[in-house]
Amino acid sequence: MRLRIGTWTWVAALAAGVVLVSVSVVSTQQPAARAYRAPRAPDGHPNLNGIWQAMNTAHWDIEAHSAGPSAVRDLGAAGAVPAGLGVVEGGELPYRPEALTKKKENLADRLKLDPEIKCYLPGVPRATYMPFPFQIIQGGEHVMLVHEFAGAVRTVYMTNQTEAPADSWMGWSNGRWEGESLVVDTRGFNDLSWFDRAGNFHSDALHVVERFTPRSADTLLYEATIEDPKVFTRPWKMSMPLYRRVEANAQILEFRCVEFVEDLMYGHLRKEPRKQ
Amino acid sequence: MKHFRVVVAGLAALVWAVPAVVLGQSAAPARSAAAGATSAASKPYVVPRTADGQPDLQGFWTNSTYVPLERPANVNKEFYTPEEAIAVEKSAAARESEQTEPGTVADVHYDFTQFGLDRSQSTFARSLRTSLIVDPPDGRIPPLTAEGQKRTAERAAARKAMGGQYDAVQNMPIGSRCIIMGGAGPPMMNAGYNANYQIVQAPGVVMILTEMIHDVRIIPLDGRTAPSPGVRQWTGVSRGRWEGTTLVVETTNFNGKNPFRGASEGMKVTERFTRVAADRVLYRFTVEDSSTWAKPWTAEMPMAKTDGPIFEFACHESNYGIANILAGARADEKRAAETAAKKGSN
Repeated sequence: MRLRIGTWTWVAALAAGVVLVSVSVVSTQQPAARAYRAPRAPDGHPNLNGIWQAMNTAHWDIEAHSAGPSAVRDLGAAGAVPAGLGVVEGGELPYRPEALTKKKENLADRLKLDPEIKCYLPGVPRATYMPFPFQIIQGGEHVMLVHEFAGAVRTVYMTNQTEAPADSWMGWSNGRWEGESLVVDTRGFNDLSWFDRAGNFHSDALHVVERFTPRSADTLLYEATIEDPKVFTRPWKMSMPLYRRVEANAQILEFRCVEFVEDLMYGHLRKEPRKQ
Repeated sequence: MKHFRVVVAGLAALVWAVPAVVLGQSAAPARSAAAGATSAASKPYVVPRTADGQPDLQGFWTNSTYVPLERPANVNKEFYTPEEAIAVEKSAAARESEQTEPGTVADVHYDFTQFGLDRSQSTFARSLRTSLIVDPPDGRIPPLTAEGQKRTAERAAARKAMGGQYDAVQNMPIGSRCIIMGGAGPPMMNAGYNANYQIVQAPGVVMILTEMIHDVRIIPLDGRTAPSPGVRQWTGVSRGRWEGTTLVVETTNFNGKNPFRGASEGMKVTERFTRVAADRVLYRFTVEDSSTWAKPWTAEMPMAKTDGPIFEFACHESNYGIANILAGARADEKRAAETAAKKGSN
């Protein structure tokens, strides 16, 4: 009897411990972020204005991954993949079986297939965590997200919200304020952008809900819930901090990469030198 | 007598107001070149302010216009009458609708009127000016200096050395390559179509999104230091400030790959944006480049309020044309070589 009680006590303690552990895991992100109250913009909403950048390896692979070699031999260590703990909550991405096969094909053939390599608009949420800064410009009716990579730009409509008039690379975004968070609901994507360099992809049924929540003066919590029934069996979520570029002269510079990919894309159509 | 004068002034104002109404302008381009000058009849326009107190330029605008940068050779006055301006617009609109030969491939692909892309079917900013250039007073770009002429000749020679236009993608116009539209500037010259802009302001910053190739300018207003000469960009590097209700933007650090009218990399552009009416921003720019022109020159063009939204202009991503043009040129060469070989063997 004593033993039995002891066993139950132990089980209960263990369960409590699990709860504590899970609470503490969650608490590293959410309660801390909720507790912070951001300075206000002149219109009274939290002030997210500034230049932000992710500092992780999600642009290589949003899932947890080991370090790996460069896909381009000549780049050696400079082109190698740094390891990363992943930004996807709850483990593996819930791919449908046929979609998982396509993901693997994308990865195997990524030098040919990755839209980033061709300087195509990066899509959402990929644009947010590419290794380039982006700027939030918080007007009253429109919040602009201006990315350095390929000059990608998103208009978030805070008023006059409509459905996407047509599919696009960066989607059609409607926004709202929920407490401290800017919530951006984006649909109307084409099926051509990826999530990362590891071939993770989506279809034109993609629906992204992002939350930008100030968590300190110079950091935001970025959360994106991804829904795409053609590719995934259930919605899933990624989250990561974004860091303010605090340099006094920080600015978004030009990265007009079209010029840098022309020989790659059209070099085979160049006129051969005349044979004398 | 005093009363009589007022009445006369009122009548005069009414006369001025009539062409403004005819032309659909809430702020006539008045004879004064001064930014912000409005028709004498209207009360002084009070520029709205943003939440942080900046003069509010936000919204959707177009600088589409039928007024050419330089005054036509057969015109020797600064302003048309309203009747003349309408006639000029009509004949330009007619030319646009007849720009290609009916029944040809070009007609199918490039008849802008079919897609509502010609100016007459969209909003355009009306003006009585005969040229956008207001200084020098002859409305024409000053002649190039000797150095400017030499540079232009060198550029032409370098371009020729690269071969034919269709020999390589790099030989084609930058707009066709989807890098940047040739007139994107600054100064922001009006594109042939989709000459639409979206302005959004936040504390310390003005953003201008240009529809064509989703070009974004972010102009800092925080008095930061001049950019390092090491950073050269297609659109230069801009610094802005408010002078009264006018946004003044100075841009330097051009990369010289899209030279404006023969300018050097050392060009400095000063732009002035003044909201002169609810539906009108006056855009004025001065170009300085002493190695190219002996004196700075200035142009002025209105921006008219237009409807949003601006949709994504993904140019490069769908640039099938450029690959097909190059492939077509290679196919033509192959065919010509085969024909020549056949002739040779006969």
